[in-house]
Amino acid sequence: MKLLLSIALTLLRAKLRQSIVAAVGVMFSITMFVALLGFMNGLNDLLDGLILNRTPHVRLYNELQASPKQPMQVADGDTTKHHFVRSVKPKDDLPRLRNAEAIMQAMERDPRVMAVSPRLVAQVFFNVGTVDLNGQVNGIDVVQEIRYYRFADYLTQGDPHDLATGNNTIVLGKGLADMMAAGIGETVQVTTATGDRALLRVVGIFQSGIADYDKVQCYANIKTVQKLLARPGSYYTDINLKLHDLTAAPAMAKELAARFKVDAVDVQSANAQFETGSDVRSIISYAVGVVLLIVAGFGIYNILNMMIYEKLDAIAILKATGFSGSDVRRIFLLLSMIIGLVGGVTGLLGGFTMQTVIDNVPFETAALPTTKTFPIDYNPKYYIIAVSFALLTTWIAGWFPARKAAQVDPVEIIRGK
Amino acid sequence: MSANTNILEVEKVNKSFHDPVTVPVLRDVSFSVRHGEFVSITGKSGCGKSTLLYILSTMDTDYQGDVVIDGERTQGLSGERLAAIRNEKIGFVFQFHYLLPEFSVLHNVMLPGLKLGRKSAAEVEADAMARLKELEMADQAGKMANQLSGGQKQRVAIARALINDPLIIMGDEPTGNLDKRNAEIVFGIFQHIASEHKRSLLIVTHDPDFAARTDRNIVMDDGRIVG
Repeated sequence: MKLLLSIALTLLRAKLRQSIVAAVGVMFSITMFVALLGFMNGLNDLLDGLILNRTPHVRLYNELQASPKQPMQVADGDTTKHHFVRSVKPKDDLPRLRNAEAIMQAMERDPRVMAVSPRLVAQVFFNVGTVDLNGQVNGIDVVQEIRYYRFADYLTQGDPHDLATGNNTIVLGKGLADMMAAGIGETVQVTTATGDRALLRVVGIFQSGIADYDKVQCYANIKTVQKLLARPGSYYTDINLKLHDLTAAPAMAKELAARFKVDAVDVQSANAQFETGSDVRSIISYAVGVVLLIVAGFGIYNILNMMIYEKLDAIAILKATGFSGSDVRRIFLLLSMIIGLVGGVTGLLGGFTMQTVIDNVPFETAALPTTKTFPIDYNPKYYIIAVSFALLTTWIAGWFPARKAAQVDPVEIIRGK
Repeated sequence: MSANTNILEVEKVNKSFHDPVTVPVLRDVSFSVRHGEFVSITGKSGCGKSTLLYILSTMDTDYQGDVVIDGERTQGLSGERLAAIRNEKIGFVFQFHYLLPEFSVLHNVMLPGLKLGRKSAAEVEADAMARLKELEMADQAGKMANQLSGGQKQRVAIARALINDPLIIMGDEPTGNLDKRNAEIVFGIFQHIASEHKRSLLIVTHDPDFAARTDRNIVMDDGRIVG
C-alpha cells in the first residue's frame, strides 16, 4: 500500500496543476457547505430560541369555559337529543389551578421532568396620568425562570435578582416602559381587575424581540402578584414544565391533562410553525451543499479520466512489470482520495474561517436585544458530514476512472505503438 | 537448478483473432526453454511471433493450450497471480523503452523490486544501483527517465527487467529501435546475462545477425514453428 501511495503521489505531482484545480473544487464546495449549514442553523437556533427558550415544554392551566354539562342534559339524561337551552355561564371562579401544590409535587418526582415552575398571570391596568394601559403581570419563580427559561438574557436593563429578592418590584416590557416613560427605580401604579391598587417599583426592562408582547407583558415575583390579587400562597394559574426530552411533550401533555383534569398544551402544538421553518431551511442548505459537492465530484472525474488517458503507457508498464489490475485501481482511487482529502481538509479550514467571518459581521436589530452579530452554529456535526460527503463523492468520482484504468489491456498499449 | 531444467514449456498453443473474421494466428506451437538458454524467435511480420511472446508473458490470456512457467501452469490463473508471476519470474524489455517519465531512472528500476516486497527499500535501492552500474548507467541514476537517449533508456529498461532476478527475460524487438552501436551494446548485455547470470532469454527479433548469434533460433511462419 505504501508503494501504491508513493506511485499515486508521484503521478499527482506530475499533474500538479490539474490536481490542485480538482482539490480547489472540493475545497470550495466544502467551505460553502460548512459555512452555509453553520449560518443556517445558527439562524434557526436564534429564531427558534426566540420562542422556545421562553416557552415551557408543557403548560398546565385551567381554561375558563362554559360548563360542558348543562342542566337540561343532566335532567333529561338523553345525550342523543339536541338541547337548545344553555343557560349556565362560566362559573364565577378565577382561572386558578386546583390542587396546584399537589400537581407540582407529583411533577417534581417525575423522572421525565427537568424543571417545574409555577406562574400566576394577572390582568392589570397601569395608571399613567389619566390613561389606563392594559397589561399582564406574570408572577414567576424568578430563580427557576433564570435557570431554565433564560429570563436574564432578555433583560436589557436591571438585575433580575432584584426581582427575586425585592418586594413589590416589577420588570416592564420595553414597549410598555417606553409608553409610561418609566425607568429603573421609578414606581408605577397598578389596578387589578377587582379594583385593588398597588404601587410597584421598576427594577428592570424586558425585551423579548416581539414588539406586541413587550407592550403588554411584565414580570413580577409570584409572591408580589399573589399579594396584589389578595390570594393565598398556593394560588397559581399555570404550571410550566421543562422536560429532558422535548419530543416527549405532546404525549405527556395528553397524559397530564387526563390525569389532573386540567388543560395542557405542548410546545409543538403551540409553535408548530417554527419547526417547519427550521426543517425547510435545513433541507435547502443541505441540498445546496450536496449539489456543490457533486459538481466538485464531476471535476475530479474529468481530471482523473484525462490523467488515465495520458498515462495509458504508464499503466501498461506497471502491469507488465507485475502490478495487478487491482493495484492499478488502488493507485487511481488513492489519487482521487488524496485530492478529496486535501480539498476536504482545506475546505473545513476555509469553512471555519468563513463561519468566523460571518460570526463577526455586526447584526443588530431591535427585535433581538442579545444578538450583536450574525449567529453561527459551530456544531462539529457539519464538519463531519462535510468531510464524509467529500470523501464519498471523491471515492465515487475516482472509482469509475480507476476501474477503467484497471481494465487497460497492456498488450494492446504496448503492441499498438 | 540443473542446466536441463525447463524454465518455460509451451504445449500446443493455439490462438485466433476474431475481429472481424476468425483468423488463426498461432497453430499448435510447442517448444521449451531451458535454464540459462539464450533463444531468439524470428519470422516475417505478422507471423505471430509477438503474439506468442505476449501469451508467454502471461499478459495475454486468450489462447488454447498450455504454458508452463517454472513448473506452474498459467492457463486459468487469476489476474493477481499472473501479475505476481510477471513480477517475480519474468523480466521484460520492449522495443520502445516504456520507462515512467514521472520517476527517476533509479526509481524506475526499483519499482518491480518494491512491488515484490521481498527486500527493504534500502536493499532494493542498492540492488538497483548495482544493476545500473553493471550496465554503466550508474551516473544517470538521479536523472528523470525522459532525459536519457534511446540506448540509455533501453539499458535502464534492462536493469529494471533484472531487478527481481527473474528466471527468464523476454524481449520484443529490444534492439529494433536502436542504432547499430547501441544494438551491439544491448546484445552484449544479453549475452552477459545468459552466460554470467545463467538467466534464460527469449527474444523476438527481425534482425538475422542478432538471431544467428543466440544459442537457438526459433523460426516462425504463419503461426507455426518452422525451424
